[in-house]
Amino acid sequence: MIEIRWHGRGGQGAVTSIEMLALAAIQEGKFAQGFPSFGPERRGAPVAAFNRVDDKQIKIRSGIYKPDVVVVLDPGLIGLVNVTEGLKPDGILLVNTTKTAKELREQLGFQGKIATVDAKKIAWEELGVPITNTTMLGALLKVAPTVKMNSLKAPLEDRFGKIAKKNINALKRAYSEVKISKS
Amino acid sequence: MAKRVGMEVGIAAAEAVGLCNIDVAAVYPITPQSHIAEHLSNIVADGRINAEFITVESEHSSISSLCGASATGARTYTATSSQGLMFMHELLPIVSAMRLPIVMGIANRAVSGPLSIWNDHSDIMPQRDSGWITMFAENGQEVVDMTIQSFKIAEHKDVMLPASVNIDGFQLTHMVEPIEFPTQKEVNKFLPDRKPFATLHPDKPITMGAFAMPDRFAEVMKAKDVAIVNSKKIILEVWKEWEKQFGRSYNPVETYKAKDADVLLVTMGSMGETAEIAIDELQKKGVSVGLVKIRLWRPFPTEELKAAVKGAKVLAVTDRAVSFGGVSGPVGMEVKSLFYHEKDRPLITNYIMGLGGRDVTVEDFIKMAEKAVEAEKKGITEEYEFYGVRG
Repeated sequence: MIEIRWHGRGGQGAVTSIEMLALAAIQEGKFAQGFPSFGPERRGAPVAAFNRVDDKQIKIRSGIYKPDVVVVLDPGLIGLVNVTEGLKPDGILLVNTTKTAKELREQLGFQGKIATVDAKKIAWEELGVPITNTTMLGALLKVAPTVKMNSLKAPLEDRFGKIAKKNINALKRAYSEVKISKS
Repeated sequence: MAKRVGMEVGIAAAEAVGLCNIDVAAVYPITPQSHIAEHLSNIVADGRINAEFITVESEHSSISSLCGASATGARTYTATSSQGLMFMHELLPIVSAMRLPIVMGIANRAVSGPLSIWNDHSDIMPQRDSGWITMFAENGQEVVDMTIQSFKIAEHKDVMLPASVNIDGFQLTHMVEPIEFPTQKEVNKFLPDRKPFATLHPDKPITMGAFAMPDRFAEVMKAKDVAIVNSKKIILEVWKEWEKQFGRSYNPVETYKAKDADVLLVTMGSMGETAEIAIDELQKKGVSVGLVKIRLWRPFPTEELKAAVKGAKVLAVTDRAVSFGGVSGPVGMEVKSLFYHEKDRPLITNYIMGLGGRDVTVEDFIKMAEKAVEAEKKGITEEYEFYGVRG
């Protein structure tokens, strides 16, 4: 089972990300959960959202405290929220940032894999808005291949309708542009 | 087997209602039930089903309006949570006394104060003596299945009682997970039209819900009790029919690796599956421990629970509500009273946990089970314990 924690701010679409990923995994015949950090979310406030994906039925319903992957949608959260809290030492930290993995490693002291992508730039260019949730899904598929890219197509089309194609383009670009640093 | 689809459980609950050929829904939104309310109103507004959705101004009005609707013979549904359920409280015994088969989804949430929107069972426990059939779902699939089953159970001529499906708030309502949906045709086959015993109609005036003098009131109370006790037979029948048609079995008490275990954890609601993982881990270490899950809270499954725990030395009963100043938590009290007359009764420990959204992890269940093992050696030192609570 892979456990993923997403960090974003209310309105940045972290909950949409977890839903898209869970729907894609379930469509593939896998088992998945997608759930928000339960509570009254406010636009702009730090939020977290979670995924579990497995090949067999998932029974656990408590929170995720030791994720395999952490995705940071908003680089401004680093320093404000302890984004590596509980992240497994051999886990992956994926950040939307213009910084290098080396800079993040020094700042956070995390020794595992760090993946970086300038998702804001991609989102601006492909979507015309700095909302990076679908873009970061593309980067996630590269660093943690939980679902096939094609499986995200139907959920994204269902959710975004006419603008689904732009989101898929952004997702594909992030998939190819994400940089992974092992240590 | 139907294909599993990914869906948020709250949405899935509304979709399940959408398959049940309802006539009237009256739902007032409240966190964490809101997605049920919103999605059901969408289903009606989009013309997917031919039903009336009454946009009431409160929960008191939602249940009141359904009283009227159900009395005319309509199939009715509502959903609520926490303060909303508390606001309905005075109507709930009236619904059961009038023998109206209203079905209600309850997105279980703590009752204020202090204000908490998170999950526990302190909203449903004060409704315990309202005469409603009350069952708990463990996952999204069960929410869908039990919602559909509830109409058939509630409307059965030998039952005619309201029923509630309890759905842990957030932990279930806000979870996207895989669910298999029956088709409309399959539900139509399973769920016949409602055939009411009596209906309100201007052409054939009758009185329903009248007052009762002291020479009648007690008989009505007894009749209601007899009805809910007897409803278990129909519940079992309906669950057998469901299993036959859809392949998923439902029992008033479910067990997990419970046979021959010395210690049994007892849960109710969505934490059961998390507890299963704790049982797996403990059994690997050679600890004789199993799990019993209460699905049916009212009518209480007395025989089934006795059978499920036969031979066990200690029961570790978990509660997600407090009966302030009482002997134990509500489930703890129920289970203790059940075994009083038994010759070989187990020791019973009672842990109050998971209040107001406090997470309960696999490790927590392991600790509770280990405490229960300890109690087997040392005996019971207190009637109940607030597990993991400061102060």
